[in-house]
Amino acid sequence: MSRYEMWVAFQTILRKEVRRYMRIWPQTLLPPAITMTLYFVIFGALIGSRIGLMGGFSYMQFVVPGLIMMAVVTNSYSNIVSSFFGAKYNNSVQELLVSPVPNWIILAGFVTGSVSRGLLIAVIVTCLSLFFADLNVQHVGATMLVVLMTAVLFSLFGFINAVFARNFDDISIVPTFILTPLIYLGGVFYSLDLLPEFWANLSRLNPLVYVVNGFRYGVLGVSDVNVEFSLGMITIFTFITFFYCLHLLDSGTRLRE
Amino acid sequence: MNSPKTALEIKNLSKTYSNDVRALKGIDLSVERGDFFALLGPNGAGKSTTIGILFSLINKSGGTIEVCGIDIDENFSEAKRLIGIVPQEFNFNVFEKVRNIVVTQGGYYGLPRAIAEERADKYLKKLGLWDKRNDIGRELSGGMKRRLMIARALVHEPELLVLDEPTAGVDIEMRREMWSFLRDLNENDTTIILTTHYLEEAEMLCRNIAIIDQGAIVHHSSMKDLLRQLHTETFVLDARANLPEKMSLGAYGFQRVDDRTLEVEVDKERNLNGVFEALSEQGIEISSMRNKTNRLEEMFVSLLS
Repeated sequence: MSRYEMWVAFQTILRKEVRRYMRIWPQTLLPPAITMTLYFVIFGALIGSRIGLMGGFSYMQFVVPGLIMMAVVTNSYSNIVSSFFGAKYNNSVQELLVSPVPNWIILAGFVTGSVSRGLLIAVIVTCLSLFFADLNVQHVGATMLVVLMTAVLFSLFGFINAVFARNFDDISIVPTFILTPLIYLGGVFYSLDLLPEFWANLSRLNPLVYVVNGFRYGVLGVSDVNVEFSLGMITIFTFITFFYCLHLLDSGTRLRE
Repeated sequence: MNSPKTALEIKNLSKTYSNDVRALKGIDLSVERGDFFALLGPNGAGKSTTIGILFSLINKSGGTIEVCGIDIDENFSEAKRLIGIVPQEFNFNVFEKVRNIVVTQGGYYGLPRAIAEERADKYLKKLGLWDKRNDIGRELSGGMKRRLMIARALVHEPELLVLDEPTAGVDIEMRREMWSFLRDLNENDTTIILTTHYLEEAEMLCRNIAIIDQGAIVHHSSMKDLLRQLHTETFVLDARANLPEKMSLGAYGFQRVDDRTLEVEVDKERNLNGVFEALSEQGIEISSMRNKTNRLEEMFVSLLS
């Protein structure tokens, strides 16, 4: 395919992906908005008002960046899982496999579609958070970079899940038993400084800690971990995961016989 | 280098699945450009595996495939541009609108949106789906879904169209319309490979044929040559009145099915005139006559038995 044809193919996949989540917006856009609003009300306004300052900020201000990232992570991940697994399940993925579209374009199209949903959710949740907290973004570049790279990384993780999933149970196991606990233990609701040293060190093995703190640094200017290290880790993981996803497509794992 | 006249050249193609089932045992197949070719075989013979390899949904174990002279091992992407696929199973997103399904497929082949839309409209009209263009895929009937898959396979205007049982579950009227559409398409230089269980369909449409059984090609020739090998044909004759208790048709073998129905076996060397003469001499009037089975079906069964 020529570069122009590849661009057309990429746009086609992206358009299809965006059309998919926009068509079912009550399932894709509305729930995270409602869930995050509840988090803001319960953890921020009701419980948070009794907690006092954390890291030099009100509890509401402290949790907002983590909650935004939580929404980005879960939505980027779940979008690609349900879309790609759905395409596998109803065999419509064959439309792509029989076409001359290179595998990296297929991957880029699906990931960009998922990232677009993650970013859209980030905007929605950020707008909602403004009803509850004053946010003055300290480092716009770092904020944008972290949110973008996080959405890409978790879209890629979701793609791996979708490739290996054999049924609908398989696409809910990882989010329920791995992703959600990691998010809750990733410093969304507390500072690692509050933990005993052993647990704080153990938490540093959780990749979500770097994602949440990287974003918190961008928004509030404070972080429990080294931000350059966070960005470095996210970048390395993104590259490794991208090439692994590409390998899965090239080898036809769970897609070809 | 392959002859430019060849749309598909398969050499020594083999496939062994991970459970050690040998689905293809080194088949050779050649389909000329512009041909209307039938690939027939019983269930499990290896048709779907052959087509699956061509679809790139099944990895081959050995052998080579060239599409219009392009080796799929060297440039599968370029070869894929020349092939249009209509699989046996419905494989489109049933939640998408009909027109979007076709336009999106055009995009996968790098067609600019305006051209993809223009072609989608053209083929949806030709296949009688224009009125359904804004319907959701799952709302279509089985026959409409099959036609949608044909429109989708044609949006990039391939040189080789592979149809895996395209008329399965389609009513006779719609089937005839589809035959007419496919004939027109073939007359406009699209090479067509057809697999079907309706043997009269293959006999009516196809000029050349290959029969595959247990992973091997058991026959590969023109349709005429194949049918020429048929030594006898069986006709069913319906009498106007009850047949006499004792009757004879001379050298023709026959069997009484019921009081008014006869099955007569006619050797290729003979003709039907002798049958009617013998019946007339015994005062038996025949009101209707038909082939017991399709000619290709008889040949097909004899080749596989």
